[in-house]
Amino acid sequence: MSTTTTTRRLTMAQAISEATAQEMARDPRVFVMGEDVGKYGGIFSATTGLLEQFGPERVMDTPISETGFMGAALGAAAEGLRPISELMFVDFFGVCFDQIYNHIAKNHYMSGGACKYPLVITTGIGGGYNDAAQHSQCLYSIFAHVPGLKVVVPSNAYDAKGLMTTAIRDDNPVIFLYHKGIMGLSWMSYFEGSTNEVPEAQYTIPFGEACVVREGSDVTIVTLSQMVQKSMLAADQLATEGISAEILDLRTLVPLDRAAVLASVAKTGRLLVADEDYLSYGLSGEIAALVAENLDTLRLKAPVRRLAVPDVPIPFSHPLEQFAIPQVDNIVASVRGLMTFKLD
Amino acid sequence: MQATTEQLLWMYEKMVEIREYEETMAKVYLEAKLPPKIQKGLAFDIGAGPVPGEMHLAAGQEPVAVGVCAHLRRDDTVVGAHRPHHFAIAKDVDLNAMTAEMYGKATGLGRGKGGHMHLFDPAVKFSCSGIVGAGAPQACGAALAARKLGTDAVAIAFFGEGAANQGAFHEALNLAALWKLPVVFVVEDNKYGISVEKSASTAIASNADRAVAYGMPGVLVEKNDAVAVFEAAGEAVARARRGEGPTLIEVKTDRYYGHFQGDPETYRPKGEAKALRQHDPIPALGALLRSRDLLDDESDAALRTRVSARVQAAYDFGRNSPYPEPQDALLHVFAD
Ligand SMILES: Cc1ncc(C[n+]2csc(CCOP(=O)(O)OP(=O)(O)O)c2C)c(N)n1
Ligand SMILES: [Mg+2]
Repeated sequence: MSTTTTTRRLTMAQAISEATAQEMARDPRVFVMGEDVGKYGGIFSATTGLLEQFGPERVMDTPISETGFMGAALGAAAEGLRPISELMFVDFFGVCFDQIYNHIAKNHYMSGGACKYPLVITTGIGGGYNDAAQHSQCLYSIFAHVPGLKVVVPSNAYDAKGLMTTAIRDDNPVIFLYHKGIMGLSWMSYFEGSTNEVPEAQYTIPFGEACVVREGSDVTIVTLSQMVQKSMLAADQLATEGISAEILDLRTLVPLDRAAVLASVAKTGRLLVADEDYLSYGLSGEIAALVAENLDTLRLKAPVRRLAVPDVPIPFSHPLEQFAIPQVDNIVASVRGLMTFKLD
Repeated sequence: MQATTEQLLWMYEKMVEIREYEETMAKVYLEAKLPPKIQKGLAFDIGAGPVPGEMHLAAGQEPVAVGVCAHLRRDDTVVGAHRPHHFAIAKDVDLNAMTAEMYGKATGLGRGKGGHMHLFDPAVKFSCSGIVGAGAPQACGAALAARKLGTDAVAIAFFGEGAANQGAFHEALNLAALWKLPVVFVVEDNKYGISVEKSASTAIASNADRAVAYGMPGVLVEKNDAVAVFEAAGEAVARARRGEGPTLIEVKTDRYYGHFQGDPETYRPKGEAKALRQHDPIPALGALLRSRDLLDDESDAALRTRVSARVQAAYDFGRNSPYPEPQDALLHVFAD
């Protein structure tokens, strides 16, 4: 990025809308559809201003028919358009997952590469504001589990803009999951680290490149999305205790930057995976397995630790939800725990 | 089917109760969610206050709930959606436990696990869901069970006009007609699915017209009126109880608040909600009762005092109940 580029502080929601608008202006094949994406501008403001700029032919409010418009995204993509289809909350994937995992994810493969499906599914994830079990999940591991979907999970506005531009230009289906608690909405408390300087000009961030958002030497925290912001706060606190934490923001789960994980763990010898998805059979297990598979070259000073939702649905009540979703204090305590080991 | 005096008075009292419940919640919900005590720069904080999370209020839609539930017994099933309070109250869900649930308290229906969109009261066979369209097939299951178990219980699925564009709705209608299930589908047409007007989401004007495609009667209730709903629902429930199969009813009703509390409602014409209140169904039923000498100032005041006591007791109960222990989050994933 050239240093003469104008930047502004944007919220993640503004960055996503801007990336979409710029790509729509550049490429007439791009259009947006979903529930309340038009007049309302997206419940989480990911499409704010688009209707005014591009009109109802390119910014389409849909009926509450997720199977209908996810399937339609596939059909339109097959014809060479580049749909962006918004699933308001990721939790609603249950209504339309057949279109996503049996078709959007697999048709390219089943056609032996003959057919392409350049589409983006955007969706809101995450809890922390008492929206209970059907509106608070992350579920990115489920999408990452299915071969054929690229999975993007940004933690801040700068990354979100570059990754969204890359997503729209990708010839594959991409699922772009934004955490509601870092969008910078005016009606939900959020982690302010997610609002940052964003260049006005278009730019791309390649998929599969994790980002070291904080360098450290004692422990690696592998994380993503809102949990990056929580980890940053935890690292500040740990620093006052003389513990130096390195934070690796994965940014995309598919493709996954395995080399970055291994390089950081090789340096620190300690790994905490901080995740807001369910504990079992998910991201944290994947990262732990990656490290386990490389123990011939890695030397660990402590066992791998995982922080995630302890295999319970997200409860409504404040104290229950705070308990179920890992918080800054839990990250701090887990890292402290890691520092007590002396493997060698 | 004519409503008896008792049924008319019941509907009136329930509507008054629902309205007071929602108007109280509208205020309680806003407690501690507005500046200056929230994060700087925010206009509103959805996760703050004694009742956090989303809040979908049903003020204005009372006739749908009472007009249908007036025909129901304790052993009939009701499946509601994300805007469930009016149905819950009309189905006699425990008001204290329901309110405590919204406060996230240990004494709540779900011990604080569910919140306002996920109320379960098996004692009166009430449940609801935050997933739009999910309830219609579930009501079919309850109706199927009634038949298999040899009872004449019926099941009601309540949902919005927006939900009638979900595949689940269409699958449920076919199932119900095919299996001749004792179920009634009740669509609340409050004109909006969040910001999207029905005319922008639905290819035809009335969902009642869709019934014919599935081989069941379709009834449109064009007035947001408890007696009109009562009459349409009476036929449908009786038909279901007789084992003659399902009915689809659509009621044109009015949403007085935003989609959720805190909704800026920029999509709605200014003054629309206020204009809707000119046709408030509660005074309308009150006037009917008075015209038949079933209500006067004194009995109305007594009724309102009684209702207020119930509603305020429920809010006090919710507010004063203890929170669950944090680690209780781990309980109830599986039955023992
Ligand atoms: C499957 C699914 N899609 C989308 C939503 C988000 N959502 C919640 S309520 C709502 C509008 C529902 O409209 P309607 O069925 O008319 O009910 P109303 O809110 O008017 O009572 C939407 C889109 C959801 N909860 N579930
Ligand atoms: Mg509606």
